[in-house]
Amino acid sequence: MTLSTRGPTRRRVLQTGMAGIIGSGIAPMIFTKGAWAQEFCNNPTGDTVTFGLNLPLTGTYAEEGADEQKAYELAIAHLNGEGDGGLLNVLQPSALKGNGILGKKVAFVSSDSQTKSDVARAGATRMIERDGAIMITGGSSSGEAIAVQGLCQEMGVIFMAGLTHSNDTTGKDKRRYGFRHFFNAYQSGIGLAPVLGQEYGSDRVAYHLTADYTWGWTQEESMKNATEALGWQTAAAVRTPLGATDYSQYLTPILNSGADVLILNHYGLDMVNSLTQAVQFGMRDRQANGKDFQIVTPLISELMAKGAGESVKGIFGTSNWHWNLQDAGSQAFTKSFGAAYGSPPSQAAHTAYVQALLYADAVERAGTFYPPEVIKALEGHEFDGMGNGPTIYRAEDHQCIKKVLVVQGNESPTSEFDVLNVVQEIDRDTVTYDPAIFGGDLGPAEPVPMCA
Amino acid sequence: MFDVIFLQFLNGLDKGAAYALIALGLTLVFGTLGVVNFAHGALFMLGAFCAVTVRMLLTMETVTIDPEQLSPWGSPLEIREPLVQAWLGDFGAVLVNYSVPLSILITIPIMLLVGIALERGIIKHFYKRPHAEQILVTFGLAIVAQEVIKSVFGPNPIPQPMPTDLRGAADIGAFLGMQANIITYPIWRLIYFVFAAVVIGGVFAFLQFTTFGMVVRAGMADRETVGLLGINIDRRFTIMFGLAAVVAGMAGVMYTPLLPPNYHLGMDFLVLSFVVVVVGGMGSLPGAVAAGFLLGILQSFASMNQVKAIVPGIDQIIIYLVAVIILLVRPRGLFGRRGVMEA
Repeated sequence: MTLSTRGPTRRRVLQTGMAGIIGSGIAPMIFTKGAWAQEFCNNPTGDTVTFGLNLPLTGTYAEEGADEQKAYELAIAHLNGEGDGGLLNVLQPSALKGNGILGKKVAFVSSDSQTKSDVARAGATRMIERDGAIMITGGSSSGEAIAVQGLCQEMGVIFMAGLTHSNDTTGKDKRRYGFRHFFNAYQSGIGLAPVLGQEYGSDRVAYHLTADYTWGWTQEESMKNATEALGWQTAAAVRTPLGATDYSQYLTPILNSGADVLILNHYGLDMVNSLTQAVQFGMRDRQANGKDFQIVTPLISELMAKGAGESVKGIFGTSNWHWNLQDAGSQAFTKSFGAAYGSPPSQAAHTAYVQALLYADAVERAGTFYPPEVIKALEGHEFDGMGNGPTIYRAEDHQCIKKVLVVQGNESPTSEFDVLNVVQEIDRDTVTYDPAIFGGDLGPAEPVPMCA
Repeated sequence: MFDVIFLQFLNGLDKGAAYALIALGLTLVFGTLGVVNFAHGALFMLGAFCAVTVRMLLTMETVTIDPEQLSPWGSPLEIREPLVQAWLGDFGAVLVNYSVPLSILITIPIMLLVGIALERGIIKHFYKRPHAEQILVTFGLAIVAQEVIKSVFGPNPIPQPMPTDLRGAADIGAFLGMQANIITYPIWRLIYFVFAAVVIGGVFAFLQFTTFGMVVRAGMADRETVGLLGINIDRRFTIMFGLAAVVAGMAGVMYTPLLPPNYHLGMDFLVLSFVVVVVGGMGSLPGAVAAGFLLGILQSFASMNQVKAIVPGIDQIIIYLVAVIILLVRPRGLFGRRGVMEA
């Protein structure tokens, strides 16, 4: 009796299987070593590359969202070589050629975030997964920015934040894939407090009304620290829901609180409503503690000032940028934007436009859309000509460090757009701070997550 | 401390006036037609947009390009001339300034027509259908109305300035013989309160002292018997629906300087006004008014820092908390009648 030798033996099966596994799994890695640049989310393979614009077109910050959309469309036209080129002509240094990005024409998709973090995150997910967006940008709320940059970190897509002013965006919630050009609440406090001390003295009692979410909290904290360092006292800090419309119930307690300054940590429509209603309550005509009662809006924009009308006259705040600055970059952007849309750009529009260009420039300098290389190109990048003076994209927290503007509501406007005056430009060194004070961890750039 | 409490009380009256005004129309429709009208908030919003439309018409401009002057961005300057002022001079400027109160004159006939058309066209077909179906159809109507407004006027709020003479605050403290500038309150909010009181008083007087009102009240109590007497109660109820729409519309118009209206305005008030109606007692007019003021005042006091220091966040939930307590103690609401909305 002999054993049959027909058919595979167990040893043969194991040997063949191992060879197959090694052949199909490891060998391709050897052959594709160095080909990492092709393996990332929404790697553009055609002749176009798509930006995902995540914009609050409805809700409390809708005015800013609409202006950001105009700016992005203008930036994309300029990147594609259309129009007068805008800030492409003045950005220094610049790798932009006006032929798209790496020769690919720039297209865009957009989503209405409704000024809600969950909707913003869902919209960004949709634009990445369905529309193939290579980069997500936009937003006018820090809640949205933090939610979306967390998502982008998970999906391996770069997020160039629009208007976001919370310390947390590049502080405790910073992400390797998130970048912010806009300034923050801490810098507002540093910039604004000396002017407030000079105008209103060091013996003041402040009352804060604060939008109840991340931006409001950090704005309130920054303003309290900065004004208390001046010698001011804080009577109370009251939180109001984001999107509250009737502030009367929050305003009446102020009248008898002993406060002689009201600090409105509100933005967008919230600020328009709270400031207008505070003026309706006669606060600017009051005397308290033997002094004229004052209102301060630490973060203010042209759109809000226009919305608040007469109420904003003489009120101090800070801005990231203003269309009336006389440098070549500001003039070039105002000219392009004004010619296209018939009104000067807001600070939200400016930061949106600049972010689009900075991303494109970083890709050109990196020579690839591969996010970790683009991140390296942005980190520590020094540039000028965008209207904010010499600026650095700080590597430690992805915060742009540049000058901050102190502005005041114009007492005698010459047109409907002439609503704010720049009273002081706080230089970059004054508003530079140690990134470690806000903690946080950027997280890794690699391995790059795959979005789908 | 008296001044703080007095101010919060004024605030509460002001809020309560708004709640009561909306809830009044809502409970009027329920009391007469037996319809749970979820489109009532939309009628408030439509009234507000009547004011927006009137202002848009009054502020139409002619635009001419002046090549001699340049805008800040270097384009030829657009010179805008208000059309109404050009035609009517100073009187035109007065019309623009008082556009909100003037809108009332336009809003009354428009909302009356909207109300009657709504009732005759859709609502009447649902009288004998279950409340759930009435809620569905009226909620659907509200969504249609807000989408129409959104497509015509856009999604964002449109500020409506109050007349310049009525801006600022009135020194009530000085009026009462107290120290000046201690108790001040915005003039327009005082006007809104007085307006609400007049409208509420007018509706009650209409129902109480006119033959028409007497028949309607009789119909509310026993619709079949009134019908058997040969009175066309349906026609009167249709007019009552129109009247409810007019009240909601006028409330919306006068609220626009306090809150820039957008398409969602009605929904913002709808939930609150339903709570007011339920707390007041379904179908009870005095109940709606009393509950409106009660909840407005409680909400205002709950916003005081001293109260929030004890119970944080109480200002956000006080209305619903009180509603739960009242419904536990009095399941039919404050002035609810036996048999209304009960199987």
